[in-house]
Amino acid sequence: MAACSKRLDKFIVSLRLLRNLQLQNERFLSTSLCRWAPGNDSEPPKFIPPSKPVIIDKTQAVATLRKFLSPEFIPPRQRTNPLKFSMERKDMIRRRKILNVPEFYPGSILAVSMADPNATGKINRFVGICIQRGGKGLGATFVLRNIINQQGVEICYELYNPRIQKIEVLKLEKRLDDNLMYLRDALPEYSTVDPDMKPVPFPPTGEVPLNELKVKMRPKPWSKRWERPKFNIQGIHFDLCLVPKQMEHAQKWAQPWQEYDMLKEYDTSKLEQQILSEVQQEMSK
Amino acid sequence: MALPRLSRSFTGLLVETSCLIHQRTFRVSTVAAAIQKLTRVRVVDNSSLGNTPYHRSPRVIHVYTKNGIGKVGDKVLLAIKGQKKKALIIGHKMPGECMTPRFDSNNVVLIEDNGNPTGTRIKVPIPTQLRKMEGDYSKVLAIASSFV
Repeated sequence: MAACSKRLDKFIVSLRLLRNLQLQNERFLSTSLCRWAPGNDSEPPKFIPPSKPVIIDKTQAVATLRKFLSPEFIPPRQRTNPLKFSMERKDMIRRRKILNVPEFYPGSILAVSMADPNATGKINRFVGICIQRGGKGLGATFVLRNIINQQGVEICYELYNPRIQKIEVLKLEKRLDDNLMYLRDALPEYSTVDPDMKPVPFPPTGEVPLNELKVKMRPKPWSKRWERPKFNIQGIHFDLCLVPKQMEHAQKWAQPWQEYDMLKEYDTSKLEQQILSEVQQEMSK
Repeated sequence: MALPRLSRSFTGLLVETSCLIHQRTFRVSTVAAAIQKLTRVRVVDNSSLGNTPYHRSPRVIHVYTKNGIGKVGDKVLLAIKGQKKKALIIGHKMPGECMTPRFDSNNVVLIEDNGNPTGTRIKVPIPTQLRKMEGDYSKVLAIASSFV
């Protein structure tokens, strides 16, 4: 009885296999039949791939857009009238309605087209990695670095300068630090960006990818002593260039009391939320 | 309280504030200058004088401006291989105006007395503001291969 049932199972399985094979053959046959162009025997039938299936994941709720407030909107802690900052914000929003300033961080790769009266074709395009974002309000700047023909070039652009025609983000990513000035003393491969790079698509939802790259440096002397704790750099591979004794020596300049200094605290979370809602409201008008 | 006039041509000049109780001193350094006398400079064109190795790097010995500071587009006198040669500054390490490029090395192109460049090609990118500058730089711009 058991042997019979086993053989029966095998028979059913083989039947199923045969049926699947038949079905598969039928599928291939049917697609090729449909695609044959009528009466075209001289040319071979052109392969048209079947349409990709659209997967709609109904279990996941509609993901929210990533909220980003550009750092130049947050006013510094000063004794000036807040009216000054609100007026500046109005002007910044007016400019942003004309020129789309995308979201980017130090470490992202940007391409900036600038109107240049001296350049041929009047428009100057520069591609580079953003190493620093500075300034508040209308004077906000960002520095792009690239190596062209083995020569390192850095350009400091003003975000709200009317000469800027277009800002494109070719690759959106964050690095371990906010200030990548140490790339000047790093090996040139870390600062080279291909000027004809194609933009890498990034979704507007979800976290910005963090690139945990540890950069290899040129031999010392560097332009600044990056190993010192005041710079607080995470993105350099210190083990390859410095001895533990040098690292300890650098810790002599540590100021561990600074993190407990209450006068230096500046909590911007509420201010940020308020300004973000204000900016989003104004931009949607 | 009349403070003494600070002369800026000497490095590390100690200045004393004329306060009766405290005696505090502060240092004054030279004005940050782009290219001045005795700066070592990188010759970027393909001339033989600029590219043959020598035991001393090319140095600036005179800057042809009102103050002794050379920026992009200024002419300088270099000492290369024991000879004097004029050159044109193409880019410097000091940050200039906003929206202008800052290079990682002080670049210079060798030039004759009449303004003609000695070399025939410049591989390094050149800032576009040279086009608008006064002075006939058209021949230098003609041998440039890329602009930033």
